[in-house]
Amino acid sequence: MAHELVEGHHDLDRLILLGVRTRGVPLAERLAAHVAAVEKPVATGALDTTLYRDDYASAGPRPVGRTDLPGSIDGRTVVLVDDVLYTGRTVRAALDALTDLGRPSAVRLAVLVDRGHRELPIRPDIVGKNLPSAPDDHVVVRLEEIDGRDEVELLRAEPTPHADDATEAGS
Amino acid sequence: MGRHLLGLEALDEDAITGVLDTAEGLKDLALRPVKKVPTLRGRTVCNLFYEDSTRTRTSFELAEKRLSADVLNFSAQGSSVEKGESLKDTALTLEAMGVDAIVIRHEASGAPEQLTRWVDAHVLNAGDGAHQHPTQALLDLFTIRERLGRLAGLHVAVVGDVVHSRVARSVVQGLVTMGAKVSVVGPRTLVPSTVAQWTRNPDAVEVRADLDGVIGDVDVCYLLRVQRERQQQQAFPSTREYARLWGLDRARLARLPDHAVVMHPGPMNRGVEISAEAADAPNAVITDQVTNGIAVRMSCLYLLLGGEQR
Repeated sequence: MAHELVEGHHDLDRLILLGVRTRGVPLAERLAAHVAAVEKPVATGALDTTLYRDDYASAGPRPVGRTDLPGSIDGRTVVLVDDVLYTGRTVRAALDALTDLGRPSAVRLAVLVDRGHRELPIRPDIVGKNLPSAPDDHVVVRLEEIDGRDEVELLRAEPTPHADDATEAGS
Repeated sequence: MGRHLLGLEALDEDAITGVLDTAEGLKDLALRPVKKVPTLRGRTVCNLFYEDSTRTRTSFELAEKRLSADVLNFSAQGSSVEKGESLKDTALTLEAMGVDAIVIRHEASGAPEQLTRWVDAHVLNAGDGAHQHPTQALLDLFTIRERLGRLAGLHVAVVGDVVHSRVARSVVQGLVTMGAKVSVVGPRTLVPSTVAQWTRNPDAVEVRADLDGVIGDVDVCYLLRVQRERQQQQAFPSTREYARLWGLDRARLARLPDHAVVMHPGPMNRGVEISAEAADAPNAVITDQVTNGIAVRMSCLYLLLGGEQR
């Protein structure tokens, strides 16, 4: 993913890797470390999308995290980094949040896992792994920084008609 | 957090921590170019104020607008209340208009609780009589935690007109719930002897008359406004004597530990409970309290209104 990033973005000084909270943040930092190893350091930050989600009325309040930008995003290329791309609603919320924060020249999307089942016309630019899954399956990404180990687990849904996917990560 | 926010006695340590943590995530919104998020889009909040309060009402209004709620401001002056309409009828009118939340300030203790029996809307108490002012206490706790990094184990002096103060009742309860020790200080006529019984841990509260006995040992000196308009009879001989015995003047300010902060819920009576030097001192966090009030009220609205679409 880091090599793809470097190949696709020649002006790394104008690039910001913005991790979508929660697991997108350490992923953005890891990507930045890899880019620094092969090319040069790039700016990173964290974006919290909680207040822009469209499921507040149905799912209720979620913990609100901080948004930390490394500076103005105006005229920069922002790469949103997240762990799982599923329905696309988190990315939609992230794009709305970015609109309130400034006007990047371009926004790209990098995800560790694309599991499909989009509900919005959103497509990633850089994908770590495509992981075919059923809508009711759970894809759990664990990261050393948060969970103590690196792991992607696909939990097959129980064959019941009312499987609950409300706690899906990175939706 | 429940459906309503009526007072701090109902909130345990986890609930208060949840409000403060959420407010922390919301505070940075004030620094952004667009100081607004769409979270409460489509919800209507009514600020129902039976008492004047520019500070609290505007703070709530900004909090509501920053969360994109539609805001109705209803003040008793010049309204149907002056034509004799009861609180119940006003509440039912707002309910019929589809209001999702009502922020109420009322001169009668218990009015917000009564309101919850008449409406389905969420009710937030913005101050009722001498009973409670929960969002003021929460913003105070937030400001202390922000400045000193913690609440548990701190020693806080709450000084002055406790008996008429809804702020005092809420803030003493909140501080004790969060593990702080509280010295309630003031003239015997203005400090109820039952103050410790307001809290979950009466042992954490001491009542005393001498400010000089604690001033050198506190992490926070919280001064209350002397509410002369609420006093039925003269509670102390003179303003001058009050300032001399219980006011935070230059000499007492110098005796505060270096790290200690000075707080006041406003509006201040300069020269009575707080001197100009103390109000403007570098360790006074009175304007921080005002700033933090918006984030804390956003937090309360966000946590209360979530998950229940009407």
